[in-house]
This record gives sequence, structure tokens and C-alpha cells, in this order.
Amino acid sequence: MNGRFGIHGGQYIPETLMNAVLELEEAYNRYKDDPDFNRELTALLNDYAGRPSRLYFARRMTEDLGGAKIYLKREDLNHTGAHKINNVLGQVLLAKRMGKTRVIAETGAGQHGVATATAAALMDMECEVFMGEEDTKRQALNVYRMRLLGAQVHPVSTGTGTLKDAVSETMREWTKRIDDTHYVLGSVMGPHPFPTIVRDFQSVISKEIKEQLLEREGKLPDAVLACVGGGSNAIGAFYHFIEDEQVRLIGCEAAGRGVNTAETAATIATGRLGIFHGMKSYFCQDEYGQIAPVYSISAGLDYPGIGPEHAYLYDKGRAEYVPVTDDEAVEAFEYLSKLEGIIPAIESAHAVAHARKLAPAMSKDQIIVINISGRGDKDCAAIARYRGEDIHE
Amino acid sequence: MNRIHRAFEHGKAFIPFITCGDPSLEITEQLVCEMEKAGADLIELGIPFSDPTAEGPVIQEANLRALTGGVTTDKIFEMVRRLRRKTDIPLVFMTYANVVFSYGTERFVQTAAEIGMDGLILPDVPFEEKEEFDDICARHGMSLISLIAPTSHQRIARIAEKAEGFIYCVSSLGVTGVRSEITTDIGAMVRLVKENSDIPCAIGFGISTPDQARAMARHADGVIVGSAIVKICKEYGENCVPHVVEYVRSMKEAAVSASESV
Repeated sequence: MNGRFGIHGGQYIPETLMNAVLELEEAYNRYKDDPDFNRELTALLNDYAGRPSRLYFARRMTEDLGGAKIYLKREDLNHTGAHKINNVLGQVLLAKRMGKTRVIAETGAGQHGVATATAAALMDMECEVFMGEEDTKRQALNVYRMRLLGAQVHPVSTGTGTLKDAVSETMREWTKRIDDTHYVLGSVMGPHPFPTIVRDFQSVISKEIKEQLLEREGKLPDAVLACVGGGSNAIGAFYHFIEDEQVRLIGCEAAGRGVNTAETAATIATGRLGIFHGMKSYFCQDEYGQIAPVYSISAGLDYPGIGPEHAYLYDKGRAEYVPVTDDEAVEAFEYLSKLEGIIPAIESAHAVAHARKLAPAMSKDQIIVINISGRGDKDCAAIARYRGEDIHE
Repeated sequence: MNRIHRAFEHGKAFIPFITCGDPSLEITEQLVCEMEKAGADLIELGIPFSDPTAEGPVIQEANLRALTGGVTTDKIFEMVRRLRRKTDIPLVFMTYANVVFSYGTERFVQTAAEIGMDGLILPDVPFEEKEEFDDICARHGMSLISLIAPTSHQRIARIAEKAEGFIYCVSSLGVTGVRSEITTDIGAMVRLVKENSDIPCAIGFGISTPDQARAMARHADGVIVGSAIVKICKEYGENCVPHVVEYVRSMKEAAVSASESV
């Protein structure tokens, strides 16, 4: 069985793409332990993206909540403002080694699109990004950034005009032009080998958290929190703790207006087993398997599925997944801004929101690490709108 | 043994695709009967899916129209039950893995076989993933149709050896939809199949004109046309039947004439 995580994963894609993913798997296996490749990638991650990212002790938040010590993993400080760059630098470097001259990508909030456009500019590749029409409106700033970086942005108007439609359209585009093109998938989803490749490139997050926290506190965290859409920042933050069973791994899903409403994107809470976008995993869907038109205020979490490795960690009981509503996320967005002077991405604010519930019930010698997967500048206009204020960017 | 082999017993086969419930299931039912009379040899019935990743805009929109109209897998099963009292033409479902899997693969395939379906095409289930569907199909006498694409190369031999019913040869890169020109060396693809199996080959993706049908049929045992028919259904809505019939007749004639002109 190819690329399975328990029963999840696989390669459910058109025959037209099969040789492309097989070729990718072969190339990845060739380069992942190649010293030259890794030297070049590490240099890019450090000198260009600014790694390692800081692990910051959030003193005011810790005092305010009165329980566990809170640390923030500052992926928002990476170049381009999110964790997405970790994976993109790896994949574009790999694509270059494979002789590709063009990269295509889907994007939700625009962070992955911006990261891909950035890496393409850096490595002199042609770049086209597919983005739901709805998302091009709520993330107009990121659309401009991608264009500025030399990428072509295609608004996708099919379906709900959000992330899932952007993924579908990028897959369609890939079937049209394969020879010179690599699809830089942005999350731990899609057909094998993408969930593994993206996880490996993102696992630098948990590797650093572990080292940094051991140095600071001399012990492992009691809980690691991250927001989950497809789940790339979460798997990155979880990966090196999976074997440390005492560390709670908590993925925070976007509940939108609530898991009891139709306007939600909480896959573990409301979805069931299915096959979509190349993988077997959990999906929000109706009784006939039609994919649900999900909703979240966060364009990056507005996706009806979850990566196969998360589905497996959930099945095994190794990770927990909790729903966080729009309201809670917006409050957490404002809370972290006021209390710590850090404006988190609305996606990451979902994890902050859950930490606010969790920390007070924990003791003062316990530790929570929240992965701040991205910065929130991109969200300011949308959150202002949510609060009834119209600001012009 | 199901009915699929019969599709290739009347010269080059013409295989139309329609989306069930576009514009309505009543029209779908009429279309099947009338297309048979007009010369169709096998009919692909599309069960609409919300996110059909292998389709171009024409069939994507047809899926959306059908779903918006309230079509479900169960309603399509009922329609096929009614159809089977009127026709014995070979019929295969074309849909996406999740439609089958979410219904319960065993339950889906068993029901489809009971109501008289002959096969199943799942464009998002490649050779590597077909086993979980194939075994169940085999048990119920349904053929799971294999696809090969211009990028398949060395994979063709392996796919052909295990193929059932017929092989769906994808003519070009990309998704479904009308194309002005097909540049793939289809003949070479089909030859690779025939070296490994005597299974019939039908070519689809991008074929819309009688000239293309004739040219493609020279290389294979049949041609498949989807988007061009779905376009007619969209244009004429409830009144589409005579227009589709006329089109199918011209395409079947063109396909058959391919063997005469060789």
C-alpha cells in the first residue's frame, strides 16, 4: 500500500498524474538524505527564511491565565510571515533538481501562494497560483503580494470559490501540463508522497521546539497546540513529539459558526471517512458523499478535509482535535495582540483560543507550546469587518 | 459475464456520456433509449459529484446543475431500474471514488449489479488503488474500467493485463472537454495495449466532431464523447432529445466509416 497512515492516505488521482507522483516520490527518496541537497536547503532556511524561529515565553499571557506556562513558537517571524515557507523552499528546491521550470500551487489565505511565489522568484521559476475567488476578496493584500513577486494569480470561481476549489483547479492544471511543472502542494494532504514530503519539510518546527524547550526548561512540553485545516503547521509542530506519549498533541479545527451549524469546517468533529483530493481521510460530506460547502472566517482553515496522518493520529488516540468557533478565534486574535503585542494569523488564533481554555485548568509547572503558524497583518481588514468597521487597505 | 462485450460487436463502437439528471432524470431516461436507437453501443451514465477533479468546465457545470436539481445516487438507481424494463444496451456508471465509497462500496456495487448496470468508471482510482473496488466488482459481475493516459508509458502493459470490459484511452493531457486538435500518438498507445491483451480500446477526451470520431476510430475499437453531448443538453434543456439523437447518429456513422476507409 502506497503512502498509508493506517487506513488513510493513498493515491486516488487520475491515471494522467500517476507517473508524475511516482517520479516525485523517486526524486524525493533520492534527495531527502543527499548531503548537497540538505546543505542547500538548510542554508536557505537559515539565511533566507530566518530559521530557527524563536520559542518565546509569553509571560503576560501566562500570568493572565494563571495556569500552565505558555510558550509561543514564532513561525510568524519567518520570511513571508508563516510556516509555509519551510515546505515551499524544500519542494521548489526539489522541483529544480528534477529539472522543472514551472511551479503551480493552490492557496487559501494566500500564505502558501505568497511563499511559493517567493521561492519561485528566488529560484527563477515560472509560478502560477490558484486561489478561490472568495478568498481573493478576503485576502486581497496577499493577491497583490503574489503578483508583485512575479506570479500569475488565477481566481477560481467554481464550487464555493474557496480552498477546496483552488486545490481541484490546481490538480486540473497539473494534468494539463506535467513535463515542466511541479505542483507545490501546501499542506499535508493530497496523494502520496505529498503528505509525507510536506510533513518532513515542516517537522523542523517540532525539532526546534524540542531543542529550545529542553534548553530553556530542561523538559518536554505537556501540550502542543496548533490550528488544523489540512494540517501542515500542526503536523510540523507535533511530529517529533509523537513518540513522547506524555505530550498531549491538540489540533484546533475551525468550527466556523459552530459544529452544530452547516457553517463549519471542523472535519474531525463533523466529517466521516471518504476519498477526495487524492487521499482517503475524514471529510465533511453529505450522506451521498457530496463534499460539503464548508465555512470558516479563516481562509486557511476553510477546507472540508484533514491530512491523512492527522486522521491516523486521531484514530490511534495519539492526537486530540477540538473545534474553535469564529467568535473564539477573533477574540483570541485581539487577546494576543493586546496582551503580548503579537498579531497572530486568524488561523493560528484558533490555537490561541483553545490555549485560553486549557491553560487555567493546568498547574503552574506545566507547559503549553502554541504554534503561531503565521502573522495576522493579512487578516486585519477582515477582522475589522467582522467587528463592523470598514478599513480601506 | 455482463453486456459490455456486445458494445464492440457492431463495428466501431460509439459511446456517449451523459450526466444523470441534467436536465432531469426523465430526460436522462429518454436519452438512453433514443441514443440506443440512434446507434449508441454503450452508454456512460455520470453520477454527479460536487467536486469532479478530472472534468473540464462543461461537465463540472452539468454536475452542479444535476445536484442542484436534487439528483441523488438512490434516485439514479431507481431510474436505471425503470430503464432496464425498456432496454438491454450495455450501461456503465462514471463517477468519483467518494460517491461509491461513501455509499458503501459493497452496497453500491451490489445494487448497481442488481438493477442491471454492467460496469463502473472511476477516474480518480488508478491501478494502484483499484483493488478495494475491483474485488467487489468482480464478485458482482461488474467490470471496473481501467484508464490509460498519454503519460502512462511503461504502465500500460500492467494495466492492460488486469483490465476488464474495455480500456478507456484518454486521448490528451488535461481534463475532459472539447478540443480542436488531438496530437497524442493514440495508435502507439493502443498498440501497447494490444500487445498485452485483446481487450477492446475506446478513446475519449476532447472528441466532438465526426471527423475526429472517424480519425480516432481508425486507431481503436470505439470512441467516447461526453462534453459535446452535455453541451447540447445544456443548450436545449428539456428539448434536447432530438438534437442529441441527431448528433449521436452522425457520430456513430463517422465511427463506423473509419473501418470502411481503411
